[in-house]
Amino acid sequence: MIWLPILAGVLILAGPGERLPAWSRRIALLSSLVTLGLAVALIPAFRTDTHLLQLVERYNWVEQVNIQYFLGIDGISLPLILLTSLILPLVVIASWRSVSDRQAKYLATFAIMTGLMNGVFAAQDAILFYVFWEAMLIPMFLIIGIWGGPNRIYATLKFFLFTFFGSVFMLVALIYLGVQAQSFGIPAIQDLPLSMAAQKWIFVAFLLAFAVKIPMWPVHTWLPDAHVEAPTAGSVVLAALMLKMGGYGFLRFSLPITPDAANELTGLMIALSLIAIVYIGFVALAQQDMKKLIAYSSIAHMGFVTLGIFVVYQLATGQGDSALLGMQGAMVQMISHGLISAAMFLCVGVLYDRMHSRQIADYGGVVNSMPKFATLMMLFVMANAGLPGTSGFIGEFFVILSSFQASFWYALAAGMTLVLGAGYSLWLYKRVIFGPIANDRVAKLSDVNNLEMLVLGLLAIGVLGLGLYPQPLLNIMEPTLQHLIECGIQSKLDGGSLCQ
Amino acid sequence: MLNAYLAIAFTPLLGALITGLGGHRLGKRWSHRLCIGAVAISFLVSAWVFVRFYFQGYEAEQFTVYTWGTVGNLTLQVGFLVDELTSLMMMVVTFVSLMVHIYTIGYMREDPGYSRFFAYIALFTFAMLMLVMANNFLQLFFGWEAVGLVSYLLIGFWYKRETAIRANLKAFLVNRVGDFGFLLGIAGVFYWFGSLDYLDVFGAVPELAATAPALQVTDNWQWPALTFICICLFIGAMGKSAQVPLHVWLPDSMEGPTPISALIHAATMVTAGVFMVARMSPIFEYSETALAFVLVIGSITALSMGLVGIVQQDIKRVVAYSTLSQLGYMVVALGVSAYSAAIFHLFTHAFFKALLFLGAGAVIIALHHEQDIRKMGGLRKALPITYFTFLIGTLALVGTPLFAGFYSKDAIIAAVGTYDGPAAALAEFCVLAGVFVTALYSFRLLFVVFHGKSRVEEETRAHLREPASVVWMPLVLLAIPSLMIGWWLTGPLLFGEFFGNAIKVLPAHDNLRELAGEYHGAMSFALHGLLTPVFWLMVAGLVVAWIFYSWRPAWPARVAAMLAWPHRLLINKYYADQFNQKVMADGSVGLGRRLWQFGDGKLIDGMVVHGLAGGVAWLAGTMRRLQTGYLYHYAFVMMGGLLLLLGWLLLR
Repeated sequence: MIWLPILAGVLILAGPGERLPAWSRRIALLSSLVTLGLAVALIPAFRTDTHLLQLVERYNWVEQVNIQYFLGIDGISLPLILLTSLILPLVVIASWRSVSDRQAKYLATFAIMTGLMNGVFAAQDAILFYVFWEAMLIPMFLIIGIWGGPNRIYATLKFFLFTFFGSVFMLVALIYLGVQAQSFGIPAIQDLPLSMAAQKWIFVAFLLAFAVKIPMWPVHTWLPDAHVEAPTAGSVVLAALMLKMGGYGFLRFSLPITPDAANELTGLMIALSLIAIVYIGFVALAQQDMKKLIAYSSIAHMGFVTLGIFVVYQLATGQGDSALLGMQGAMVQMISHGLISAAMFLCVGVLYDRMHSRQIADYGGVVNSMPKFATLMMLFVMANAGLPGTSGFIGEFFVILSSFQASFWYALAAGMTLVLGAGYSLWLYKRVIFGPIANDRVAKLSDVNNLEMLVLGLLAIGVLGLGLYPQPLLNIMEPTLQHLIECGIQSKLDGGSLCQ
Repeated sequence: MLNAYLAIAFTPLLGALITGLGGHRLGKRWSHRLCIGAVAISFLVSAWVFVRFYFQGYEAEQFTVYTWGTVGNLTLQVGFLVDELTSLMMMVVTFVSLMVHIYTIGYMREDPGYSRFFAYIALFTFAMLMLVMANNFLQLFFGWEAVGLVSYLLIGFWYKRETAIRANLKAFLVNRVGDFGFLLGIAGVFYWFGSLDYLDVFGAVPELAATAPALQVTDNWQWPALTFICICLFIGAMGKSAQVPLHVWLPDSMEGPTPISALIHAATMVTAGVFMVARMSPIFEYSETALAFVLVIGSITALSMGLVGIVQQDIKRVVAYSTLSQLGYMVVALGVSAYSAAIFHLFTHAFFKALLFLGAGAVIIALHHEQDIRKMGGLRKALPITYFTFLIGTLALVGTPLFAGFYSKDAIIAAVGTYDGPAAALAEFCVLAGVFVTALYSFRLLFVVFHGKSRVEEETRAHLREPASVVWMPLVLLAIPSLMIGWWLTGPLLFGEFFGNAIKVLPAHDNLRELAGEYHGAMSFALHGLLTPVFWLMVAGLVVAWIFYSWRPAWPARVAAMLAWPHRLLINKYYADQFNQKVMADGSVGLGRRLWQFGDGKLIDGMVVHGLAGGVAWLAGTMRRLQTGYLYHYAFVMMGGLLLLLGWLLLR
């Protein structure tokens, strides 16, 4: 699943390339579908009764310093890998007709990126993880830089610098940890006993990397710019997948490796999360550009992820399963946001392909010419606003329930999203979709074609399916998260974390 | 039995899905046949369930449909709790829904969105049933939001009208404000009870009340847990049941087609808040503070909204303000622990208010979508059936003895009379003054629309005739219960044991129990009603309405001129809309814009990011000749820093 799309990407570049775009498309689609098939095949192979790593692959890579090619999945990797593998075919189909400029290279870049992303989620060796993590930046950089909008140079630069700035500190921390643990295997690093001072440094280093990626306030400003300039599929991958790497990082690294530092700084983390939810919610209200609006909405939704993760520290033991509820909420929120934000950006893409504008003011009354599209978008907008019955509800609901246990004020601030989220989502919908036909160009819009229908329809099924029956997903994640709560986040100061 | 309940809830959903997804292929006829058939099945099964409860003393039951999700030991399920309260609500919902479905055939005949409309109202029926049949807070919240969604879709049904799409956005957002409280209430329930199942929670309430935990809001300020939960839940009810100050969306919701005003914004959805509080009576009973809060909000709503109803000129808006005021009455009943009176008023109100709305709709179609009552008048002769049923609805609304509304409203007023807790005087004044006001606006509407000289435009007047049978049949079918339902159900529902354990009232709060001793059948209750001041207040309202709007039609303008200031206040609906628009809506967007431009733009990007970049660029200025791309400069500096840090960490 990692190498197949990468190979396919290379094959497209080396083989048919631009001369035979049809073949390039077919290879891309086929490889993405096989990848998805493989990912789905993981589900029956995956055991939901253990928190241990499964389906492990382990070879020595650089023996001198004990770096290994070490892959494995657990309950937090699998859902993200599934999401990644699902998004790729959708991106390929969505780009089938709408991209004409160097399409083969475009698809190849996406295929490679997806493979790398799966690598990020499956890597169990710190250096291997870092390689995938950084390698990811290159295709994204190219996508925005080559296929992006008019202001793409500024956006790519900002994007690259922010994320690179964050991750170099992570590299330092990882090297330090690897040297200390005599191994770069993540499980070994997790078991490393660390002093409070060391934990703090490492936590901050990780924080810089993950907070930029997810992104948290105040290091979020690269995201709206990147989204606005990125082509549709780029935005989809950026929002649906790349942001999740930050949340994944917190769960995989920050909590188990530096539990005491995380505990110490949890107040700060929660405050930043709540600022993201409330402040960014207001900012989203003021947006005039559809993509910016959705980008800001993504940041606000990611606030729930970090809130759910870090509120765990403020829950006294014995408060039932509320810590687990927060964690589950954070994870479900990531998966759900992957589906919803992908759908929202694709919706904007559908409109942009026809009108070449992202300005809300250029639209109005789209429902008159595109009723099918309007129906689908209604669903996604409602999911974005967290309507029960859609996937967008679960994460917010769980995290609010859980944070109430820690403090009434957290729940109060987080709950504001009910009003703000509905406000910016539905106001967007009203201005774009409803109303009399705003201008001649809107009148001439043609409704979604079959390919667009297919892509949006699949996402709609995902959003509703998850919303109505999240139990299977919760099952997959529960043992890992339970273990994380029982062992991972316990203090390392009094003799190390010793439950395996 | 589970299958029966599944049939009740899911047949409308099935109808909605088929019609919604394949409506253009089905055509108009099959769209309405399918939806009406589905709702009819739902109604018949509900009626059967109700009969079992009513005549056979059937016991409450719980069912699990499926497990939605589990987190640790917390199990979240989709399931039904069917007891007396639920069965009554199921009857109301499915019956009114069925009537509205039939009526819609006539009302929406010409509309291009015919199938879509049927899909929506069938979907609404499903959502409302899920709400009332829920056995846990999660599903309650699902139904709660789902009815809100359908209401949103239906208010904006005519999506080309700017007013309609403003109204639906407003409705959804105002409801969301209520839901915000509701969700916090649910979070509180989970915090203190560790479960979201009704029966688990209700069972644990007395124990929790005994230990009286509190929520520490700040260091020296705390709220008792149960009061916190109740008030939060009630804020949700204030949104859905449109209580002051969250009432602003309901009058605007009249932008939707009239059948849904009857179904959603009069008979069912807006009563969800009242139903919810009655359902939660085992919790509310333990919080005096919350009940007093409920009582005050209800009293204010009952009177203030009735007053606005007097000055409205749009036929639907008059009825809408009347709905607000009647919802206030129900909430007052909740506040004095007379839950069964609240539910009974909900029940009778569903019939006569749906009747009034559908009657108003019949007038509107007869006049080719004219809603201004100044352009009506004298319609009695042209529309006899509409007039007659409208009259029955009006008489029931004002509480004429023997009509359904009399029994429920009189019981509420009597319960307020025996109540002696906090805010008793305010409540008593509001409900009594409300009776006069109700009679005034109701008869004003009747006189202005149906009596007097015709002010209908010439062209329309020529072919003014009674609407089709699919329109007037539901009017007749709703008029029957509006007139007679109180005769049989007053005894068991209000004063009897019908609700059993579904509603819990502590002995100290049992204001209705005291009245039950004096109750000797529906007829004597009505006769006794003739002797009370309530009846004379109603008559006074009728007389004043007659003087002003029938005998001396010039007087209202003169009175309005004399009372210029209060009149302006009423015309502007207490300036609530202006306040919300200017302060809440514009304020939020303005705040957002400022945060965005100043916070994100100037502070973070301007000073920190670009400042840093500028600083780095300046530092790297000397290297500029050595390197070519900007990116490498920055990366280079970063790598340098990285090495330094790395060295420091390793050599430390």
